[in-house]
Amino acid sequence: MSAQAAVLIAGVIPTPAVRTLPTPELAVSGLAKGFDRGAPVFSDVSFDLAPGQSVSLIGPNGAGKSTVLRCCVRLIEPDHGSIRLFETEVCSLGYAALRTLRAKVGFVFQRHNLVPRLSVLTNVIHGAQARQSGPGTWFHGLAPRRLREEALHCLDLVGLADLAGRRADHLSGGQSQRVAIARALMQRPRIVFADEPVASLDPSAGEEVMGLFVDLIRRHKLSLLFTSHNLRHAIDYSDRLLGLRQGRLQLDAPSACQDVESLRAFYA
Amino acid sequence: MRDTSIGTLTAGMPSRFERPGRVAFILYVVGIAFFVISIEGAEMSLSALITGLPNMGRMVTDMLPPSPDRLVAVGWALLETFEMALVGTAFGVLLSLPFGIFATRGLTPSPALYHLSRAVIAMSRTVPDLVWALFFVVAVGLGPFAGTLALVMDTLGFCGRFFAEAMEEAESGPREALTALGATRSGTIFSAVIPAAMPSFVNTSLFALEKATRSSVVLGLVGAGGIGIELKVSMDMFEYDEAATIIFAIFALVVVVERASAAFRRRII
Ligand SMILES: Nc1ncnc2c1ncn2[C@@H]1O[C@H](COP(=O)(O)OP(=O)(O)O)[C@@H](O)[C@H]1O
Ligand SMILES: [Mg+2]
Repeated sequence: MSAQAAVLIAGVIPTPAVRTLPTPELAVSGLAKGFDRGAPVFSDVSFDLAPGQSVSLIGPNGAGKSTVLRCCVRLIEPDHGSIRLFETEVCSLGYAALRTLRAKVGFVFQRHNLVPRLSVLTNVIHGAQARQSGPGTWFHGLAPRRLREEALHCLDLVGLADLAGRRADHLSGGQSQRVAIARALMQRPRIVFADEPVASLDPSAGEEVMGLFVDLIRRHKLSLLFTSHNLRHAIDYSDRLLGLRQGRLQLDAPSACQDVESLRAFYA
Repeated sequence: MRDTSIGTLTAGMPSRFERPGRVAFILYVVGIAFFVISIEGAEMSLSALITGLPNMGRMVTDMLPPSPDRLVAVGWALLETFEMALVGTAFGVLLSLPFGIFATRGLTPSPALYHLSRAVIAMSRTVPDLVWALFFVVAVGLGPFAGTLALVMDTLGFCGRFFAEAMEEAESGPREALTALGATRSGTIFSAVIPAAMPSFVNTSLFALEKATRSSVVLGLVGAGGIGIELKVSMDMFEYDEAATIIFAIFALVVVVERASAAFRRRII
């Protein structure tokens, strides 16, 4: 249906049911990936992610959750399928265009992946490499004032402004992951991927960091796609829940209809 | 429980020594024979060693006490030696960075550049420093500049290889994170790979400085600057007490540089 037609009908029949759906931020269809000419880890994975939506992806170890996330920005090259991010086909992009697109995607890994010997502030400033290259983004001492201030602001959002000068390898696990979140925010992303963001933290730090993370995502009105083995998180922090098992997407349902007990059966 | 007695177990015990196969046996025999012939070739001779002993004794007594006559000249030559080592190492390290990056799988911009820089590094390493010195003496003339260039090549061979290794071993996580957020290749290299490899870079560079200090001593023998020429002149003119001063000075320099670099290394890492 064309937009014009939609407006026309809406004018004639004034029901709230007729709305043009927003184009998804991320539209994956028919995605497949295998390694070293072996059997595909998964195939025919298709899902959409609407603007501002939060989607969780669950599945047993080795099901391919991390691989799906990495394929979406081509950290791993997919074998088949189409990935449309912000209405751009990711798989056909050249190197430079791919970089521009990646810049809009925050990626939080299970391990924080901070550069150990550099300061916390420097690690956050690295996020600005999404939009600017050159020595000004390599090291906080060389960074222009506006980047230093923005980075400090991002650190403040995760509650770590007072640790800006500390070396990244002198932080606790929870603090490191918060710095990684600040680095993702420094990108000014539109969408954030998170691969088991709190799996390496103790339960209390995990709750704290996950709560803070999702809160920031909502406040900045970003879309979120995250994987988790914590079923409570997977349900509570998402609008929709995907389940990957035996190489297929076997579950795609609103999170509100899920409960931890029935989801446990998904791993059986 | 399995039913095994010690008797059945020892049947499978490996014998203490492997009996060599026929080919291996022949290779051993050939190897030993060649070594015996080599002793001949090296003109190893106990009698020459014995008749030489009085000469050595005379030389040692001539050396003692070391003569302080040319202490000032020796001091300057020593300084020049260390300056050559320092400058040669510094430029060698600077040159090693781009060559090291090109020679690192995953960082190199192109396979051609990878193989080219690997080849350059391998050549700088395998050609001995004295040969480099001879080459540069012909190219730029006698003097410390030729020696310094030789040390640059020597350092490139040493540091280029170890820099590349350090960068290959650097943790991949931070690099992946920067790639994921859209950083350029140079961005990831300068903000993730080099900081991670930095302790190793510093360590290797300090070793290179120690190595260059020892090499710079002999470069003078082929006229490439430094204290070596002083030593050669003293020896040629049978001024053994002067030679002793120079040898002690060299010894002192090498020890001081090694100690200083060890102390620095402890502080950095
Ligand atoms: N770079 C890789 N090379 C080869 N095999 C890989 C690679 N990455 C992942 N795999 C394989 O793909 C499968 C899925 O891995 P992964 O996506 O990490 O699963 P999950 O995140 O769901 O635990 C695993 O069997 C893993 O061994
Ligand atoms: Mg995973």
